[in-house]
Amino acid sequence: MNKDMKQDLQRYNANERSNHWAVALLFILSSLSGLALFHPALFWLSNLFGGGTWTRILHPFIGVLMSILFVLMALRFAGRNRIKAHDRQWLSQWRKVVTNHEEDLPPVGKYNAGQKLLFWSLVISMLMLLISGIVIWRAYFSSFFAIDLIRFASVLHAFFAFVLITSITVHIYAAIWVKGSMGAMLYGKVSRAWARKHHRLWYDEMRNKER
Amino acid sequence: MATQDIIARSATTTASPSVRQLDEVAKLIDTTLCIGCKACQVACSEWNDLRDEVGSNVGVYDNPSDLTAESWTVMRFAEHETTDEDLEWLIRKDGCMHCEDPGCLKACPSPGAIIKYANGIVDFNQDHCIGCGYCITGCPFDVPRISKKDNKAYKCTLCSDRVAVGLEPACVKVCPTGAIVFGTKQDMKDHADWRIADLNRRGFDNAGLYDPQGVGGTHVMYVLHHADKAGLYSGLPQNPTISPMVGVWKGVAKPLAMMAVAATVLTGFFHYVRVGPNRVEDDEETHAPLASVEHYDPAERRDPRAEGERHE
Repeated sequence: MNKDMKQDLQRYNANERSNHWAVALLFILSSLSGLALFHPALFWLSNLFGGGTWTRILHPFIGVLMSILFVLMALRFAGRNRIKAHDRQWLSQWRKVVTNHEEDLPPVGKYNAGQKLLFWSLVISMLMLLISGIVIWRAYFSSFFAIDLIRFASVLHAFFAFVLITSITVHIYAAIWVKGSMGAMLYGKVSRAWARKHHRLWYDEMRNKER
Repeated sequence: MATQDIIARSATTTASPSVRQLDEVAKLIDTTLCIGCKACQVACSEWNDLRDEVGSNVGVYDNPSDLTAESWTVMRFAEHETTDEDLEWLIRKDGCMHCEDPGCLKACPSPGAIIKYANGIVDFNQDHCIGCGYCITGCPFDVPRISKKDNKAYKCTLCSDRVAVGLEPACVKVCPTGAIVFGTKQDMKDHADWRIADLNRRGFDNAGLYDPQGVGGTHVMYVLHHADKAGLYSGLPQNPTISPMVGVWKGVAKPLAMMAVAATVLTGFFHYVRVGPNRVEDDEETHAPLASVEHYDPAERRDPRAEGERHE
């Protein structure tokens, strides 16, 4: 946040940031309310939503809103997250990544293979949560489905909620771990050095555009 | 009422208050003595002050046609054509079976909304019910119903309020043929043995007691003429169990998922402690050549500000 910020590269525009944070806030609300209903040890979280009944009422609406906004964001980012051949090499050298030796790895574009995998795991789990969530939404939809389908959807919903929460935990940690990432989503900008170090091909692309 | 005789409580991981020892009770419904008069349905409505909406006739004797939040018991009528071209009218009083291992209680996410008393009665505490309907998902007998008025789940209480003060359930009191009897579970089994022996003598070789062990036995039991074909009685399941999907969802999934999420968070924390943050070092400067091939003249000062920064 100094005079050099003018130099910084734009990674996300205001719409992308707003979309991301709207989904993030809804994720926090839906995961806290969902966890309250998942494990008795976390039922106290339902107090945050005004009690068990309000938690039951609000959770599906929060979830549907999150899914809609997530779809908008996913459509925006899907193109940059296509898995390419060089991603395999990046993944095979994950040990270098987690020991902060990524300089030995092939240069990556706007997203590295780990980010891409995270993206697709979020897409799949969000989709499955939406579908299974509608099946187990007792107030409006469950009466249309057979009991065994409802049981199966209950298991799926819990499983993909677990995948989603675990993925987002990794996502949040990565943002804390890789310094300079947080600014990308908060202010939209990253330093040139950051871009060059972590996303060399994207950095080159951005510089080519500047010419 | 004192709550010292609860042996299971929904969404509760510690022991329930259970010092009081009670005999297990059971209601025995003898389908071979039932005449389908529906007095039990009326008695249930009377005692519990329930007035279901008057529905319409759907072409069979079942009325109302299904259990509802205000009809906790329903007579189900089935016409069974036997092999010797005889017709049997199999009438079953449907309602909560009060399982020894209740699927509703296993599935319920709200602490104390479903409890099981030491005498075996499974009861819903509607003031703790959040209306999610998981009890329906968990029940092997399709019994609980969510009220459209208040979004709470309801079902037969086995007249827990009457039983607690030494009375028999209302349906038992009113049954004109003695098809419904109530007592300790052992007494009811003994009573059933006598009934089954009588039926065997009358040519019902497969008469038997319905006390399904897949749910640990039930506190509502049937005497059936055809215990080998429970399905004849309007789809009574032959070997009901809590669905394995509910078992996973409300069993291993809970501790496994919690531990896995905790492990992920701890892994992140200790990664930060041991490996540390990934920072862009000061000497990783910004005006280096493109990775792709391009000409680069070190004499050319392309980016004076970046250059300046370097020497600051």
